[in-house]
Amino acid sequence: MAEKVLMKGNEALAEAALRAGCRHFFGYPITPQTELAAYMAKRMPKIGGTYLQAESEVAAINMVYGASAAGVRVMTSSSSPGISLKGEGISYMVGADLPAVIINVQRGGPGLGGIQPSQADYWQATHASGHGDGHIVVFAPSTVQEMADLAARAFAVGDQYRTPVMILADGMLGQMMEPVVLPEPLADDDLPAKPWAIDGHKNQRPHNTISSLFLAAQQLEDSITSRFERYEQIKAHEQRAETYLTTDADVVLVAYGAAARIARSAVNKARELGIKAGLIRPITLWPYPVDTIESLIPSASAFLVVEMSMGQMIDDVRLVINGRRPVSFFGHTGGVIPTPDEVLVAIQRAHAGEEFRVVPIHSKLTGGAA
Amino acid sequence: MDKPLNIMLAGFGGQGILFAGKIVAYAGLIDGREISWLPSYGPEMRGGTANCSVCLSDEPIGSPLVTEPDALIAMNLPSYEKFIDTVRPGGVVIVDATMVNVTPTRSDLRFFAVPATQLAEENELKGLANVILVGKLQGATAFSNRQSLETAIDKSVSAKRQDLAEANKRALVLGEMTV
Repeated sequence: MAEKVLMKGNEALAEAALRAGCRHFFGYPITPQTELAAYMAKRMPKIGGTYLQAESEVAAINMVYGASAAGVRVMTSSSSPGISLKGEGISYMVGADLPAVIINVQRGGPGLGGIQPSQADYWQATHASGHGDGHIVVFAPSTVQEMADLAARAFAVGDQYRTPVMILADGMLGQMMEPVVLPEPLADDDLPAKPWAIDGHKNQRPHNTISSLFLAAQQLEDSITSRFERYEQIKAHEQRAETYLTTDADVVLVAYGAAARIARSAVNKARELGIKAGLIRPITLWPYPVDTIESLIPSASAFLVVEMSMGQMIDDVRLVINGRRPVSFFGHTGGVIPTPDEVLVAIQRAHAGEEFRVVPIHSKLTGGAA
Repeated sequence: MDKPLNIMLAGFGGQGILFAGKIVAYAGLIDGREISWLPSYGPEMRGGTANCSVCLSDEPIGSPLVTEPDALIAMNLPSYEKFIDTVRPGGVVIVDATMVNVTPTRSDLRFFAVPATQLAEENELKGLANVILVGKLQGATAFSNRQSLETAIDKSVSAKRQDLAEANKRALVLGEMTV
């Protein structure tokens, strides 16, 4: 096995992207994502790649569009406010069926917000990364190892289904160091062929066209419905979630990313007190791992969603549960990181049969029935 | 199986707090433990205090943010004052006594005042007070061993500055041996 090294999440993700064949990076600096771009700036020139600091996030995402259309593996990264700026370009890539990997190392919002870790861009990433009828695939790493593993996976899934893929990380995962085993580098031959790309062909084949413009309504509807057939394939094959101590769990927590780490510690504390708690950790946020949640409804008495936001993913959990079990919420927002002890109190309340939605006021549990 | 050790390292920006934390974390990695290292990255780093959470455990690490440290290394007074009340009862507190002139107010802690900055200057180890304090952490808690820590230094010092590794190792031993 390859050596375990100590790396920041931002750097591990960048290195894994290079090893997945990414040779083009376009970005713009923003905390807490900057190490990722800095790593690319340092490495790309040495391996014959392109690093370009664009004049803005809008410019960067459109450079990504162009590079992707030319058939290469390409990436951009930013943090929350910068991702909002990229929204237009992401929608264009969805409409043009262009694969690319987009990293969001989330910080608190709305607006300029703050620079501390947050998960407040869940709705944006999974439901409205840009305008129009469409989706992007969204991965949610929870460790530095997963920052690396999912970077490699994101390029593969993006190319397979011709879709942009977002890795929704946060400032904690980006800034922290953990041991990581980096994936083996791919050879050029390992990369998938892209016969649709606009890559120069010396008149050896008909012209390819990449566009998201369909002025005839019927033509646009056809392009969208055909893309939604692909989305059904993605939903059928790409849902991923990790379960922890869920087999006999009365209270099932649902949390992703950094919040899932805290939830896992709280589950251990609850078990020490004799409460059968477990954790579902979605690894894909779109497609949402509905099958895993559905499978635990019969054995669980209550669900508790933990997020570093005012409660966004809870909507998707509720859609699956559909009133069959109580679904409670605990979270902090704005860059405040919940503690395992706070989550433990929420587990105890859910275990006692209470259904609640907690609003964090001065770090104290408050709020009544939902 | 060793007990988990959650460490808070804090001081002024430029004192090498993040680097000290990296040596501790790397030693844990070499010992085959689960580890995490989380820096503060807020505006407080510019001219104010920098701090760094390091967790060592045999279980996967949940929150990497240390809120109730088992051990505190404080390299300046603001950091000491900010974190002293968060240390768990029975915990270890190590201060750079050259920078932090305090009498311990809590009797439920193991308190070590090491004049690390002064020791560094006296031993031609200028700038390595941070590593002296890591040595003291090893002396006080035996969280790792000399060999792992020396390898951790080799890994943490950048490839271009391996000439600094020897001085770092001397600082480590100096700290470990200090009373």
